Amino acid sequence: MEYIIIIISAVLVNNIVLAQFLGVCPFMGVSNKVSTAVGMSGAVTFVMVLAAIVTYLIYTLILEKLGIVFMQTITYILIIASLVQMVEIVLKKISQPLYQALGIFLPLITTNCAVLGVAILVIKKEFNLIEGVVYSAATALGFGLALIILAGIREQLELADIPKGVKGAPVALIVAGILALAFMGFTGIV
Amino acid sequence: MNQLQNFTKGFFRENPLLVLVLGLCPALATTTSAINGLGMGIATTFVLLGSNTVVSLISKMVPDKVRIPSFIVIIASFVTIVDLLMNAYVPELYEKLGIFIPLIVVNCIVLGRAEAFASKNNLTTAFLDGLGMGLGFTMALGILGAFREIAGSGAIFNYKFINGDGILVFVLAPGAFIALGYLIAFINRIRKT
Repeated sequence: MEYIIIIISAVLVNNIVLAQFLGVCPFMGVSNKVSTAVGMSGAVTFVMVLAAIVTYLIYTLILEKLGIVFMQTITYILIIASLVQMVEIVLKKISQPLYQALGIFLPLITTNCAVLGVAILVIKKEFNLIEGVVYSAATALGFGLALIILAGIREQLELADIPKGVKGAPVALIVAGILALAFMGFTGIV
Repeated sequence: MNQLQNFTKGFFRENPLLVLVLGLCPALATTTSAINGLGMGIATTFVLLGSNTVVSLISKMVPDKVRIPSFIVIIASFVTIVDLLMNAYVPELYEKLGIFIPLIVVNCIVLGRAEAFASKNNLTTAFLDGLGMGLGFTMALGILGAFREIAGSGAIFNYKFINGDGILVFVLAPGAFIALGYLIAFINRIRKT
């Protein structure tokens, strides 16, 4: 039951992009087409869960033990950067089709603040390892959901007649705002 | 390009937020009031100044292959400094900005300037570029924060000058997206004419 609450809260109520403003850059950057949005969500889910596990272990087993918690930011960003590199190398070796699908998104993920943000939030919310994994997977799912919905809307917007100044980033932001307004309807269900 | 142009380009012509559309996460999350927006902008400016300076000093010594990781470590060190300083001296603001202080590490503006500008230019140019870009970002956050505070609660810098409740949505998450969308649209409009 506890896990279900974490999942609903992370996917719908406190959606990572629309309510917490993490990962807005890729949210705007790769939401032009549904197919790329799906690929990006897959890659983010993979890296986010992996990063949450590794950073959690490093934090509790090394940083806390040695009393150097202030090194958190530096350690985490290095872990995430090397993790992304490693995932890229492993994927290239074992699964060519998966690499083809996710490959181009992987380098972008290092600077996706959602990944680092979730790793920090898992510690901040004092989750244990299993809760952390559930939380990060659910957050990634929420990211994917928001990204794919926005991509679907933006594909339709291509056909619409939009005033010149609003074209591109502004209209995407306004649509995202209306989407966030819709997601606010979920407030209070958990 | 002379040094003055180099310094001022961050304000309008190449404003990182309003023209290049970078650094969206902190811009949306921390601009619930003018003071929060300015605080976030100043923290980012400090990191940008530090990383631009150090990167331009050491860029010739760093081998090309480990360029990005070493830039990230430099940036992360400055972010940690800001994090600890703010925690010590402005705890209230630190509480409000919360997770977005450590997240300056992944702000695309900071790494973007280090990689695209500071590593290829000398110290003074890189320093002025960092200062201009940082202040441009601070200005954009201040404008967005002030707009959201006035529209959302009828106040500016916590000084209430409009009686009544204001349009609550501008303080909440959706208002951030919508306000920034229209702000960028407005800037686009003036730039084109």
